[in-house]
Amino acid sequence: MSTLVASFDAQTLVDAVGLGAVYALMAVGIGLVFGVLRLVNFAYGQLVMAGAYTLALTSSWPLAAGIAMCFVVVVALSLAMERLVFRPLRTQSPAVMLVATFAIAFLLQSIALLKFGALGKPASSLASLNQAVSFAGMDIRKVTIVAIVVAVAALGALALLLRRTSIGLHMRAAATDFHTARLLGVRANTVIAFAVLLSGLLAAAVAVMLTVQTPLVTSDFGLKETIIVLVGVVVGGIDRLGSATLGGFAIGFMIGLLGGILPTDKSVYLPSLVFALVILVLLLRPAGLFTRGRASVVDRV
Amino acid sequence: MRRFPLTQLLGPVLLLVAVGVAGTFFPRAIEIYFRNSLIMVAIVGALYVFVGNSGVVSFGQVSFVAVGAFAAGVTTVPADVKPAALPDAFAIIRDHSIGSFESLLLAAALGGLFAFLVGMPLMRLSGLAAGIATFAVLEITHNILRYWTKIGPGAGLVSLVPETTGLLQATMGAIAVVAIAFAYQRSRLGRLLRATREDPAAAQAIGIDIHRQRLWAFTLSGALSGLAGGMLVHMYGSISTEQVYLELAFLTLAMLVVGGASSLFGAVIGALSVSGLDAFLGQAEEGVNVGFKLDLPTGTRLVVVGTLMAAVLILRPSGITGGRELSLRLRRRTTGKATA
Repeated sequence: MSTLVASFDAQTLVDAVGLGAVYALMAVGIGLVFGVLRLVNFAYGQLVMAGAYTLALTSSWPLAAGIAMCFVVVVALSLAMERLVFRPLRTQSPAVMLVATFAIAFLLQSIALLKFGALGKPASSLASLNQAVSFAGMDIRKVTIVAIVVAVAALGALALLLRRTSIGLHMRAAATDFHTARLLGVRANTVIAFAVLLSGLLAAAVAVMLTVQTPLVTSDFGLKETIIVLVGVVVGGIDRLGSATLGGFAIGFMIGLLGGILPTDKSVYLPSLVFALVILVLLLRPAGLFTRGRASVVDRV
Repeated sequence: MRRFPLTQLLGPVLLLVAVGVAGTFFPRAIEIYFRNSLIMVAIVGALYVFVGNSGVVSFGQVSFVAVGAFAAGVTTVPADVKPAALPDAFAIIRDHSIGSFESLLLAAALGGLFAFLVGMPLMRLSGLAAGIATFAVLEITHNILRYWTKIGPGAGLVSLVPETTGLLQATMGAIAVVAIAFAYQRSRLGRLLRATREDPAAAQAIGIDIHRQRLWAFTLSGALSGLAGGMLVHMYGSISTEQVYLELAFLTLAMLVVGGASSLFGAVIGALSVSGLDAFLGQAEEGVNVGFKLDLPTGTRLVVVGTLMAAVLILRPSGITGGRELSLRLRRRTTGKATA
């Protein structure tokens, strides 16, 4: 009996890490753009949705071609969003930009509903990743392993990029102080476009992994995840990429863990429990869980 | 006259009266859109009290609308049908029913109390973080109302609620919300909060407690949202959790932004124009005759409203009214008499 409980716990733990990994990738995607633009992209979930629809519509294609197409579509949409929405709004306050991306999110979602209908499209080309492999007494789904590996690889590559290349240096400079960075010769449009490009690549990767878990693609695909990740980013601390990422991971991990622990008849209250926990954390640490220093009601200028 | 700009209050109020009166000329199937517009004015007015005056976005106000709607709904279902309608509810809810007017007061009180409680931790966050964190409130409210059958119908409908929000009640409710919002923004508290919106650092430097001022506005906004929710449920006669969730949050924010988020007049104009457009498009999705047969595919409504909201934000971020209150100063100068 005791071994059963222990293995169950370890399994829950691994699944929770897998979910946290996916949410961490979304948090990075949102955090990268926030760093350079001070823009919270609520429409990030609709980038994921576009990727998921692409995978659904290319189900008959070879797998690699479908995934490649997913990346192309998401990155293109991401860049188009930057050009058509983010750029004209660049001088506006963060609040206006947030509301604007909220509008874009609903717009894209409504377009998808109009175009593809309410019933949803199946994206089953990667269904094989749902199979479990037995490892040390646990049944781990392949997609969980893929998610963890992809997240670690992507975050590692991103860290190298930000620390070891000149465009990475420019991005960090822009995130610290955009105006001074521009005065010192950092090219605003290049840095922003690059951040948006990276954020698009991450959204495409997230789309691939989420379609494995939720193979039926509907117009609200990615919406719930975006809300959770955004709240997670705030809990972690929105001002730094590292704390934002940890926040995304933490909220995914908590959802996975509590989802595994809660008795079945109480599991419908999982969102309430998680978000109540969020409010509690914010009560204790208003500046974010993974930040140092005091909170300020005044936004950083 | 110069000290108290009566136009700023009377303009919106007369507009609401005009909408109410206009509604009486239409058959009931169309009239409901007028009532709906007036209730949207109440919700957007409530949203404006916080968002407009503080400059902080909130997606959570709809949860206070939801609390108000469900509170007013479950307490007014007639006593004889209640045990069948809400079999699992707490005895105190199941066995007692109150009048519609009392239920509105209850809705406002609960909305305000709930807003105050969640506002305490959330208003301590910086503006942007506070806005995003309000999603947590929306999600909790939606989740609990949807599954906790001891306080309501769960995923089903609260139905058989007395339909007591007629045109007169809707007009009066909208006017009440607008008048309270106006009184607040003219008050000392309102001015303090508006100062924090214009320059948080300077406001803090002259001794304004940003957290406290935002919390007052959040609470007042919650109470007005609750009231508006109560009017909403008494208009439809029923309510489900999905009616007071993300789509309503989107629509009401769109209304506020399209009208102009930083003035009460903008909130009223935005609510009336966008809900009018929304109603028309909703009809057009069913097929409507406007000289020619217009039949739009289902879902066009949100595409158009979303496009409008995005376009306004990109091209004219201060909204239709430019964030200004109604002023007849130009006309006054030429005619030489006070119009209001």
